[in-house]
Amino acid sequence: MTRMKVEEKVKEKTKMSGALMLIEALKAEKVEVIFGYPGGAVLPLYDKLYQSGVFHVLTRHEQGAIHAAEGYARISGKPGVVIATSGPGATNIVTGLTDAMMDSLPLVVFTGQVATSVIGSDAFQEADVVGITMPITKHNYQVRDISELPKIIKEAFHIATTGRPGPVLIDIPKDITTAEGEFDYEEEVHLPGYQPTTQPNHLQIRRLVEAVSQSKKPVILAGAGVLHANAADELRQYAEQQNIPVVHTLLGLGGFPADHPLFLGMAGMHGTYTANMALYECDLLINIGARFDDRVTGNLKYFAPKATVAHIDIDPAEIGKNVPTKIPIVSDAKAALQELIQQQGKPADTSAWLSQLNEWKRRFPLYYEEDGQTIKPQKLVEMIYELTDGEAIITTDVGQHQMWAAQYYKFNKPHRWVTSGGLGTMGFGLPAAIGAQLADRNATVVSIVGDGGFQMTFQELSVIQELQLPIKVVIVNNQALGMVRQWQELFYEKRYSHSLIPNQPDFVKLAEAYNMPGFRAKTEAEAMEVLKKAFAIDGPVLLDFHVKADENVYPMVAPGKGLHEMVGVKACGESSQ
Amino acid sequence: MRRIITMTVNNRPGVLNRITGLFTKRHYNIESITVGHTEIEGISRMTFVVNVEDERTAEQIIKQLNKQIDVLKVNDITDQAIVARELALVKVSVTPALRQEIYTLIEPFRASVVDVSKDSLVIQVTGESEKVEALIELLRPYGIKEVARTGTTAFTRGSQKTAATYKTAFII
Repeated sequence: MTRMKVEEKVKEKTKMSGALMLIEALKAEKVEVIFGYPGGAVLPLYDKLYQSGVFHVLTRHEQGAIHAAEGYARISGKPGVVIATSGPGATNIVTGLTDAMMDSLPLVVFTGQVATSVIGSDAFQEADVVGITMPITKHNYQVRDISELPKIIKEAFHIATTGRPGPVLIDIPKDITTAEGEFDYEEEVHLPGYQPTTQPNHLQIRRLVEAVSQSKKPVILAGAGVLHANAADELRQYAEQQNIPVVHTLLGLGGFPADHPLFLGMAGMHGTYTANMALYECDLLINIGARFDDRVTGNLKYFAPKATVAHIDIDPAEIGKNVPTKIPIVSDAKAALQELIQQQGKPADTSAWLSQLNEWKRRFPLYYEEDGQTIKPQKLVEMIYELTDGEAIITTDVGQHQMWAAQYYKFNKPHRWVTSGGLGTMGFGLPAAIGAQLADRNATVVSIVGDGGFQMTFQELSVIQELQLPIKVVIVNNQALGMVRQWQELFYEKRYSHSLIPNQPDFVKLAEAYNMPGFRAKTEAEAMEVLKKAFAIDGPVLLDFHVKADENVYPMVAPGKGLHEMVGVKACGESSQ
Repeated sequence: MRRIITMTVNNRPGVLNRITGLFTKRHYNIESITVGHTEIEGISRMTFVVNVEDERTAEQIIKQLNKQIDVLKVNDITDQAIVARELALVKVSVTPALRQEIYTLIEPFRASVVDVSKDSLVIQVTGESEKVEALIELLRPYGIKEVARTGTTAFTRGSQKTAATYKTAFII
């Protein structure tokens, strides 16, 4: 063989198609599972997937694929990977991308695109996916040359998982997947415009330490940033060291043990009285990894009016966005907490404050009335908590059932709670459970959904059945779009415009259609019985609970009100306020 | 309040769309945008003039721009010594009899006539927006047929330190 021929041979070896490059890149990134749906523009890619050994889950809708990837990312902490085809495949993932963007979940999403030669000609199944997804992704790309593909994939995984996590989309024209190029997958990325700050500024930490030592009524508001940073242990250590009480955002649940004496509960629209009053009365508010969402703050005019605000966030743009901040700390939550623990300083004297808070906790606990007959949704969640020893992964949709799950399932551990917080996406819970179960095969996954949201993505039962994932699907069936109904009752003079659905399908028969056991319960006693039956079955089960239909989520901060103006607060032994 | 924000960005397809989309999404009001190449290949420079309510909104705009992966550097240069220029072309209806009058009028503005026809003139003027504005107002009574303006482009004078430099330093 001549020297030239040898060189050619070597070159040939490293050359491969774009489709194969993608699979090699996924292997290099140690991707365990892909959620996707094939179509024309991604056929070359699916052809290479065929015998690649990469585990691919065929969901029944692209929305299912991306929510499953979100559930996977939330539980595993690894990026969820999605493949969708061009046009309709890509537009079907728009909701999931927005959801992941709002809740800072790391996703890498590949969409097929029509061939470069016809882009812009309104070709069959063409959509301007990069344009559509620009405002709902952390970053997005369209591959225009095969030589860029490996670098783009590397960058996408880096961007999705570092700094504030988020979804990154790569749009790949069909001819790029068939074109050949050299696969040079670099170890490092070089992005001068993207350098997230992960270590705190010492001076700002010092200022916070001093503020704590002078404070009489400090409170920590802990968000999902604590979970993304795996900082639950540090949060607990810091709160205990300084004797500072903790409240959680909806997405932060599990970052601090719910049964801890310093825990005050969830804050916000359906938070506990104590958590919300702590935010109203505190003199120092330490926000760790929360973005001051309006569902947490209520009317900003009355939010923490007496407090010095400190905000630890990895995203500088979140600091000062909604609430003026005196002590800004741009940092990863874990790094900031570690330094705070180390610096210690004189702890605040919080004894009077804590006894006030404990008094509120005792007098104004979460409250509902049992009648022993109808199934109270709150009771249903408590039963699930009991039967799973508080160890289950809970996924939900959005609405009343979501709030009851957040209020009554006590999350003592991180990464057990998967819910759509920022976007409030109906249909999220069921597909998210698939991803969560695949991320933790041994966990008991309970998907608590409403009868409304369930019907938006229930086709994914097919995946649960096919993979025999032992997910327990719990339908909180109040034959209504519960939260819509509640708002119409409270704010629209009980004019129930298109929120009542008295003729729901027979969900038990539906379960049978999908070849899985289904049970129905209409009384409290039946509820316990079917739950026990369901948890004894080692496989998927669907449960239809006909709950008390006109039950409302309380307590509540009405829209436009301050956190101190809660309604539906009932003192122990007193009538409703 | 009017702010002048400059930034350097990777010259990639869709970058301008990314930036203007961000402004739309966040409900920020853009007065003008100018874009052009810099002395470094592959890097472009943008100058924005925005109208914002207060300092906090201006800060938030800069932080949001900084979050963009393709944005390398953002500066709010409003309060610094800057050179800010705009170019405008103004087509005015002018009969030959009035030409001399127009020449005299535009002379103090150091504007020039770049095209002449029998019933119109095209005047080119560069300078700060206010100056361009003032000249257009002076020309208005003669009958303006068309105006084309570029929007402001700007940078800081000399080698003074900028308030916010590279992204990593732009914290706190």
